[in-house]
Amino acid sequence: MKRRINIRMSGLGGQGVVTSAHIMAMAASKEDKFAISNPFFGAEKRMAPAESYVRIGPEKIFDRGELVYPDVVMVFHPQVITMGKSYTMPFYSGIKKNGIVIINDDIELLTDEEKEDLAKMNVLVYYVPATKMALDIAGTELSTNMAMIGSVAGLTNVIGMEALDLALQDRFGKKYVASGGTATLDEAIKKKFAKKEMLLQKNLDTIKVAFDQATDYAKSKNYIPAVMS
Amino acid sequence: MADSAGVEVKPGATVQAPPQAASAGSEASRQRVVSPEYMFFEAPRERAFITGSEAAKEAIRRANVDIAISYPITPQSETMQQVGALWAEGYVKEYYRGEEEFGVMSAIAGASRSGARSLTATAGPGLMRGMEVVASWPGGRMPLVLLIMCRVINAPLSIQPDNAELAYLLNSGNIIFHAENQQDFFDYSLKAFIISEKPEVTLPVAVAVDGFFVTHARGYVMLPPSDIKLTPRDPYHEAIPAMDNENPPARISRDAPIQKSNFISYHVHASWQQEVWAAVERSRKYIDKYMGGLVEIVNPDAETIIVASGSAVSQSREAVRQAEEDLGERIGLIKVRSLRPFPTRELREACKNAKRILVPEFNCVGWLHREVCTALYGYSNAEIIPGPRVFGGISLPTEMILQYIFPDKKFAF
Repeated sequence: MKRRINIRMSGLGGQGVVTSAHIMAMAASKEDKFAISNPFFGAEKRMAPAESYVRIGPEKIFDRGELVYPDVVMVFHPQVITMGKSYTMPFYSGIKKNGIVIINDDIELLTDEEKEDLAKMNVLVYYVPATKMALDIAGTELSTNMAMIGSVAGLTNVIGMEALDLALQDRFGKKYVASGGTATLDEAIKKKFAKKEMLLQKNLDTIKVAFDQATDYAKSKNYIPAVMS
Repeated sequence: MADSAGVEVKPGATVQAPPQAASAGSEASRQRVVSPEYMFFEAPRERAFITGSEAAKEAIRRANVDIAISYPITPQSETMQQVGALWAEGYVKEYYRGEEEFGVMSAIAGASRSGARSLTATAGPGLMRGMEVVASWPGGRMPLVLLIMCRVINAPLSIQPDNAELAYLLNSGNIIFHAENQQDFFDYSLKAFIISEKPEVTLPVAVAVDGFFVTHARGYVMLPPSDIKLTPRDPYHEAIPAMDNENPPARISRDAPIQKSNFISYHVHASWQQEVWAAVERSRKYIDKYMGGLVEIVNPDAETIIVASGSAVSQSREAVRQAEEDLGERIGLIKVRSLRPFPTRELREACKNAKRILVPEFNCVGWLHREVCTALYGYSNAEIIPGPRVFGGISLPTEMILQYIFPDKKFAF
């Protein structure tokens, strides 16, 4: 990669938004890239707005904190848009020219005004039914974040599947110290699967399907993510 | 709760030290004592990708801590929860949760005076609550380490990073370091114990870090091996010997000046506080030796210089890089590692040719700007710009720093 990419993830508490940023950062680290992940939740509670940020680049990254001017905005839940459960209004506030918006849904959610705004900035809007994908493949909506990770990786090629697999094993394969809320969620997702290997495999499968779909989309549209070149 | 959170205590049972702490074969019991010089400079280091809270935990694991006392508050809780895990593994000898911060700061003062290597940590409102006691530590000549994970203290309520609280600590006589990132938080925390306990220093050291940006974010940290720890505290070679059955409490507490005539009280107070602040200054040579100086300077010859501490340094580094790469302009950067002692001499020397000085901060009061103005008054003709500043916990976008440096250009907003 030539240039740094700044990703803002907006979702709801319990969806794994913070975990996604950590996995992306760890995966980047596996590919010897530089990364910083930053969570920014308010109260740790289900369905409350939650945001996290990840910066990935070819050289050492110094700045941290929330991304006021992101290259990519990932929307993990439709309510981020429809109910304004976002830290910024509109949810794409500050997005850079040639940026990308990834939305977890399969129906159109943007108003004409929002579409116009984003078109002016030459922003790509990519819809992916991440929760449906998670239910179909992993059998639980708790894997929604995996489909979101796969989508951003497939669209931008910022990290590869192998690194994501290694990062996933790091995060769920061994003992991991997290906050009380995160630990409870970890327990919840572990209970959904008979074995840890199955959890890892199903989540990886979810990432892969989303990754391939996004790659195919980019190919079919001849889309080259300008944010990174 | 995470499986490393500690030990379970059943109702009715007496609280006992976990078996690991006492067991001779535990990893903690096999830790080898090494000199500070070996720990800081010679031991081989390996790269880890960890949060600031984990970096603090790793420092405490290697610091030979006798006692840790704290009361939970976001964003400090994650660190002290992990110190609980260290206690369960036998790396920290005593550990408990105080009733609230006033009690915690009082209890840790007692621990320090008894000669134990003592650690506490708090954040924002917790620091304000404990401030009465914190302000009395230096006069009590109490070597201990206070970790501060900065958080909003003013209304409206927020748990986000904003370091206005440090303004209240600056004039208390405590030594204060401000860590920029996870690596600093590891290094400064470990080095703080050694500097704090030097005989000619014998003062508490606060290591501040901006919450969430560092405590909850992952970064690369070079760590020495976990099977070594620092030499223990030697409380009989400090400015005031530890209190035990043979050494009575220091005269200041057993024979309080308030019981004397006012004139004696004034004299005692004056000489005592002069000595406290002289001791703060005497820590300089150890900050130079162990931390590479009170400041770090990038591009010293530049006409425009940014002076910053904590996370504002990281944001500024990125702005300096963007100015150089995208605009071909060299901007200077002075990172203030130590707020007390304040690097007055260093700033006067580094800023003597500067034309403009910017002081970006993560608080609304601009305490660092005031410190810089005070240090440079009469020593520099530079315009000292108060900002850019963000408050309430938002990050400082590099675009905002660039906008202040180049007011005629237009950045992202």
